[in-house]
Amino acid sequence: MSPSPDTTASVPGIENAVALGLTRGEYAMVVQEMGGREPNEVELAMFSLLWSEHCAYKHSKKLLRTLPTEGPAVVMGPGENAGAVDVGDGWAVAFKVESHNHPSAVEPFQGAATGVGGILRDIFALGARPIAILDSLRFGEPDSERSRYLLDRAVAGIGHYGNSIGVPTIGGEVVFEAPYETNCLVNAMAIGLARTEDMVRSAAAGVGNVLVLFGASTGRDGIGGASVLASAELDAEDETKRPSVQVGDPFEESKLVECSLELLQSGLLVALQDLGAAGLTSAASEMAAKGEVGLDLDVAKVPLREADMAPFEIMVSESQERMLCVCEPDKVAGVLALCEKWEVNGTAIGTVTEGKRFRILRGDEVVGDMPVSGLVDDAPLYDLAPEKPSAPLYPAPAAVLGFEADVREALIALLSSPNLASRRPLFEQYDSIVQSRTVRRPEEADAAVLYLYDMGEGAPSIAASIDGNGRRVAADPYWGTVGNALECAANLACVGAQPLGTTNNLNFGNPEKPHIAWQLTEAVRGLGDACRALEAPIVGGNVSLYNEGADGPIYPTPVVGMVGLLPDATRAGGLGFTRDGDAIALVGWDGGEAGEGSLAASELSKLRGEALPDGLPEIDVAQVVGVLDAVRAAVRAGELSSAHDIAEGGVLVAVAESCLAGGRGAALDLGDAEDVWTSLFGERSGGFVVSGPREVLERLGTSVPVSILGTVGGDRLDIAISSLSESWPLAELQDANGALAPLFP
Amino acid sequence: MKLGVITWPGTCDDVDARLAVAKVAEPVALWHGDSDLHGVDGIVVPGGFSYGDYLRAGAIARFSPVMESVIAFARAGGPVLGICNGFQILCEAGLLPGALLPNAKLRFVCRQVDLEVQTTATPFTSTCEVGQRLSIPAKHTTGCFFGDVPSEQVVLRYAPGHNFNGSQDDIAGVVNEQGNVMGLMPHPEHAVDVLTGGSADGLKLFEGMARVPVA
Repeated sequence: MSPSPDTTASVPGIENAVALGLTRGEYAMVVQEMGGREPNEVELAMFSLLWSEHCAYKHSKKLLRTLPTEGPAVVMGPGENAGAVDVGDGWAVAFKVESHNHPSAVEPFQGAATGVGGILRDIFALGARPIAILDSLRFGEPDSERSRYLLDRAVAGIGHYGNSIGVPTIGGEVVFEAPYETNCLVNAMAIGLARTEDMVRSAAAGVGNVLVLFGASTGRDGIGGASVLASAELDAEDETKRPSVQVGDPFEESKLVECSLELLQSGLLVALQDLGAAGLTSAASEMAAKGEVGLDLDVAKVPLREADMAPFEIMVSESQERMLCVCEPDKVAGVLALCEKWEVNGTAIGTVTEGKRFRILRGDEVVGDMPVSGLVDDAPLYDLAPEKPSAPLYPAPAAVLGFEADVREALIALLSSPNLASRRPLFEQYDSIVQSRTVRRPEEADAAVLYLYDMGEGAPSIAASIDGNGRRVAADPYWGTVGNALECAANLACVGAQPLGTTNNLNFGNPEKPHIAWQLTEAVRGLGDACRALEAPIVGGNVSLYNEGADGPIYPTPVVGMVGLLPDATRAGGLGFTRDGDAIALVGWDGGEAGEGSLAASELSKLRGEALPDGLPEIDVAQVVGVLDAVRAAVRAGELSSAHDIAEGGVLVAVAESCLAGGRGAALDLGDAEDVWTSLFGERSGGFVVSGPREVLERLGTSVPVSILGTVGGDRLDIAISSLSESWPLAELQDANGALAPLFP
Repeated sequence: MKLGVITWPGTCDDVDARLAVAKVAEPVALWHGDSDLHGVDGIVVPGGFSYGDYLRAGAIARFSPVMESVIAFARAGGPVLGICNGFQILCEAGLLPGALLPNAKLRFVCRQVDLEVQTTATPFTSTCEVGQRLSIPAKHTTGCFFGDVPSEQVVLRYAPGHNFNGSQDDIAGVVNEQGNVMGLMPHPEHAVDVLTGGSADGLKLFEGMARVPVA
């Protein structure tokens, strides 16, 4: 065997490096890592992928280091395949959100499907059984044919993968805004459950141990897919990128889940890692770097779909449904036997070595030889040059509701608007109940609730929510992001859950532009401050940059996912009114010190075609956290009949939603208002609409602001405010709220 | 009383079925590649996507080693309940009449539906009453029933307004001529506990199955 690659072979050179996305400066650094030698084809392909934005977080890593990542419940923090939090009795819940934006913009069905497949692999790579999926989607306005196509196919792709693999899709959100027209967002979050002692890390260890690749065979699909697509702006040539979108096979992955979990339970593995972006290159390098070891990997042993693949193609292929594990030499036979049981291909392809070099072999020939630390740890990190833009970045949305419209028309317009209409036509395409843990299905409560029966008698439940209003972040990156995190925690409070940890997906434009750098910097500052106040540390996440199309950047969209714990599933809160005669109260806002809603960047202002304001009202975060605590305590005590947080559309939309979810009307008297529109439709963190016995609500008012608004009952929604009174039959509200159904004929 | 639940690669609702069975009998996990039925008194063929639904839902699974034993068990009069993909597999295996076609709107739908009991002359519905409504979730892409079935073999129909998949004559569940093999598209194993099922109506089918005297 030759000790090192044939250095007389031609090297691709700097121009090819630039074509692969490296800068000239970065290429010089690579040559330095290689000890002064220019990289060959295999080495350059691997460096260019691992040093891409997607893999190396070059523009975000320094910012991410400012986020709070520690807390009493944290079992695994950022850096592992997913984060994990303690749920008691030796059990942990792992979760993470990840984006598949650019692949979905190019091919929405497979892009979204493989986004789900990828995030599920992150979960079971830890040894956790995937128990839930949530998704966060952004598209252009549905009056555009392309947006409808992307929506239809992305939803079908998520359903196809999640349904077939037997993991329930329990929640999510979808938002339609013009800035996502050419660059849609598809973020998927997965949750898994494991015994803490069974969880496995991804660090390779033990010189002489064997590297086994199992799962699907390796093809040319997705070469440079996620890592290349996610590290550049989209352009008119996107159709030609279709071959770099991976194709998913949920059946293969369902076998992979069972095989992986059984391998771990049988004690056969030292380490386990999924193959995601940058395929074998990334999976193997990361395992070696974390274990501070070297690897010899023989590409000739990798099972191929196409026989004539070059070594570099094998190393960078993003073929789906593959896992890489490390086991002791005497366990290889046992590993391969379990692979056979689950009808999964398993092959020993390499060994753990001393010396911290990653050598790529083809049989006896060395075709690549690189320092592990250079590949994984030495990618350059860049400082951002943030600058607040001097002029508005986004055009005003198209007006669909005139200022002359009255309150009656406004409520109907809001309930039927794409962002507020019922999501039933989407979520009915997802299996939300498989695995028998789902206590709150979509539209039954503000957060999904899963009963962890696996933990035995008296088992707790978890709640999960995902949120990320981009328009408010575009108006004010700091307070908008604080609002997103508080919204997530408010959703949890409504079912009685206390946050345990947070995951996030930062979807932004090109960070090399000062105004995007400013959005990103401010958003991360807001996320950190809010999660510190909520004691909901960030245990994992993902960054998706360069989300720009020909029309400019997307709205800055930090998507926040939270998982919380509730002790008693039978007391999980719901959003629908449940009992005639119950009092209805507004909790958290008092119009005075505790503030009230504002129309700035609200749904109503969007429908009216108003430009985004420069900045949002400040939030008293400590006050909001106090309100969350009080609402959560009341739900846990079983005192409330319903709890719903006030989000897009303000108080009146929240009340209408509680009416529709419970099939009961309401009569409200809101007294004299300074501004009727602000009182009815204003938005702000920390407000809730709850129902229950009047004395319970009054008692709640001794600790937090509570104003009684009215009573549950009847089949109409009646309101009186200032000199105005209006009335809607529930059937009319129901019809308006069903406006998305025609999008899914 | 031991009730077996079969698992294939791609089966998803086997754990749910075993949880449901555990409320009325001892659940026994059966493996597609093992023709030994381990002495069970009844068999549940659960839902999911056996072999990824590739070729046609249920078309590959029906050739598994375990199915030879299931067919012999059924011919001998043993109770067999096929749910969703299990219904599809039993149709493919020729144990039940008819076939399941793609839903009328060609989309996957997950929805709580109401079913009406048509006959109590089967073990599965022996604890129900004719005309009784059961609230049970359904979730599938390929659940539009089609076939010539004598009305006495129709066990469950979708209540008016609940037939989202376009099934012929609102048929949701059928039995074989002998009445010991039943298939249905909705998922009774997901309606055995009000906490997670929205109702416990599905439990009735398992209770009925468990009441069959051991041969």
